[in-house]
Amino acid sequence: MSRLQSRFAELKEQNRAALVTFVTGGDPDYASSLAILKGLPAAGADVIELGMPFTDPMADGPAIQLANIRALGNGQNLLKTLQMVREFRQDDRQTPLVLMGYYNPIFAYGVERFVADAQAAGVDGLIIVDLPPEHNDELCEPAQAAGIDFIRLTTPTTDDARLPVVLNGSSGFVYYVSVAGVTGAGAASMEQVEEAVARLRRHTDLPLCIGFGIRTPAHAAEVARRAEGVVVGSALVDQIATAATPQQAIDGVLGLCRQLAEGVRAARR
Amino acid sequence: MSSLRTGPDNKGLFGRFGGQFVAETLMPLINDLAAEYEKAKVDPAFLEELAYFHRDYIGRASPLYYAERLSEHFGGAKIYLKREDLNHTGAHKINNCIGQILLAKRMGKQRIIAETGAGMHGVATATVAARFGMQCVVYMGTTDIDRQQANVFRMKLLGAEVIPVTAGTGTLKDAMNEALRDWVTNVHNTFYLIGTAAGPHPYPAMVRDFQAVIGNEVREQILEKEGRLPDSLVACIGGGSNAIGLFHPFLDDQGVQIVGVEAAGHGVDTGKHAASMAGGAPGVLHGNRTFLLQDADGQITDAHSISAGLDYPGVGPEHAWLHQIKRVEYVPISDDEALEAFHQCCRLEGIIPALESAHALAEAFKRAAKLPKEHLMVVNLSGRGDKDMQTVMHHMSEQEKHA
Repeated sequence: MSRLQSRFAELKEQNRAALVTFVTGGDPDYASSLAILKGLPAAGADVIELGMPFTDPMADGPAIQLANIRALGNGQNLLKTLQMVREFRQDDRQTPLVLMGYYNPIFAYGVERFVADAQAAGVDGLIIVDLPPEHNDELCEPAQAAGIDFIRLTTPTTDDARLPVVLNGSSGFVYYVSVAGVTGAGAASMEQVEEAVARLRRHTDLPLCIGFGIRTPAHAAEVARRAEGVVVGSALVDQIATAATPQQAIDGVLGLCRQLAEGVRAARR
Repeated sequence: MSSLRTGPDNKGLFGRFGGQFVAETLMPLINDLAAEYEKAKVDPAFLEELAYFHRDYIGRASPLYYAERLSEHFGGAKIYLKREDLNHTGAHKINNCIGQILLAKRMGKQRIIAETGAGMHGVATATVAARFGMQCVVYMGTTDIDRQQANVFRMKLLGAEVIPVTAGTGTLKDAMNEALRDWVTNVHNTFYLIGTAAGPHPYPAMVRDFQAVIGNEVREQILEKEGRLPDSLVACIGGGSNAIGLFHPFLDDQGVQIVGVEAAGHGVDTGKHAASMAGGAPGVLHGNRTFLLQDADGQITDAHSISAGLDYPGVGPEHAWLHQIKRVEYVPISDDEALEAFHQCCRLEGIIPALESAHALAEAFKRAAKLPKEHLMVVNLSGRGDKDMQTVMHHMSEQEKHA
């Protein structure tokens, strides 16, 4: 059983949703980012998404754009992001870790080499924003052949005709982008979330994690009652943007993570 | 011999270039667009309307002008200029804008967004949006806004909202990122009117088809004037829509030599250029796989060119493929070479070319001198230079200071 499968099975036993956290690798710098990463499981993160910075994050709003700029400005690259995962895995063998980003840095690194290095580092899954199922042969198939899950984004525009295409070959969990828009923008209403969950349920048995626009413990709890996972990204990344020192950035992210975790854990399903 | 004009395949690929590398939110819309375009391009009513606007609104056909004095000056090839600068709004951009807005109308979209570099595509988009009564939002980098004030004002006069983009270096690539973000957010009512033959499928093929009117006219015009096809074609390449529009109808004519001119800025070896084929590598950006300016980590690097319209770190995927199979020869021309050609064209022909087009002229002049008088060369004069007065003035005063 993969780490993602075990984690979602465990949470099902506990009758609660997963808190899925996103931060960008190398933001604000390598050492602080590694400290955040290592601190997240104890702060209540059940699944970790780690962003691979890119100069042109076309689907991200201002918060994550700036995170990319900070990380790249401090010399982060794919080699270092994979190194960060290896260092994380030295102490943590349970928490699933998913890399998220855009295709070009992986393409430049070399797909074969990337898949091998990601597997060796202990990466459990990939979310690649600009690789729709039409391009499964690029990375999805080689990654899955190496036992790395390929997690699909589904959106309000993914209609019933297209859902099977998107879900075919997806594994790990399904990430539902609850609003058409960039990261960190507006949020969906609970009615919309319920409708989407019901619709997705007809097409897949994979755990459903819902993201985009979720910022507070109360909001996370609302979503946690309706899905297998709640994804929070921009709100955590904002803690880094507003911090005066790297230590404040670490404390800010982990502090908010603890609050979100309390919200999610209190929300029995 | 098999035809080179049948691409892309059903996945939107030209060889291994092109494709649909976009966020899932956009995929359903892009597929709808591709399906609608397939229908429109064989619909006589659509084609008739397009032809009407070409003729009575844009002023097509644009002349194929024999540049007698330039030809004499260089003493070699017979140089013809395809006068896209005489189109309504002053460049080839409007050919594509008319086509896409007719498609937007067909699809019931009411809001048009666009990215622009030099502002020519922004102006052309604002123009057709005004003509068809649609809301228009144009994303433009702040660097480009500074160097293209007149075009910003033009867009506003035409009723468009111009949104400054500060990210990155504030040029075309950043404007395109921002337009994509708008599109993801407003996908339900918005049509993204991409200005060049790049982006996710079907844009590269669709924009090419709308621009192919250039090459199709040249074919008829040169046959009428000279009784035979040209020996060579020369056009400048940013994203490459004017070039693919000229080249595509001739791809299967092996006797026609085809030359694309990239912007070498300060020089391809200086790192300050926009020549993605001479100085870049294959990668994936803005929905397609193509040649890109990037570092070893796959991070996109900034392009530089004196001409805002060529200041983009990528190139249309069909050009990437034509480069790979060597059907088209791609060469770099520097800022200084383009400026020299700009002045020569002004003084010898009384035509002020766009700085973009001046890149094509510079390469044409280099070649013309060495070619026999019976060589027929067609250069795409893709736009007029009125928008570049400030840039050229600035450059001339800098030179005087250093003289």
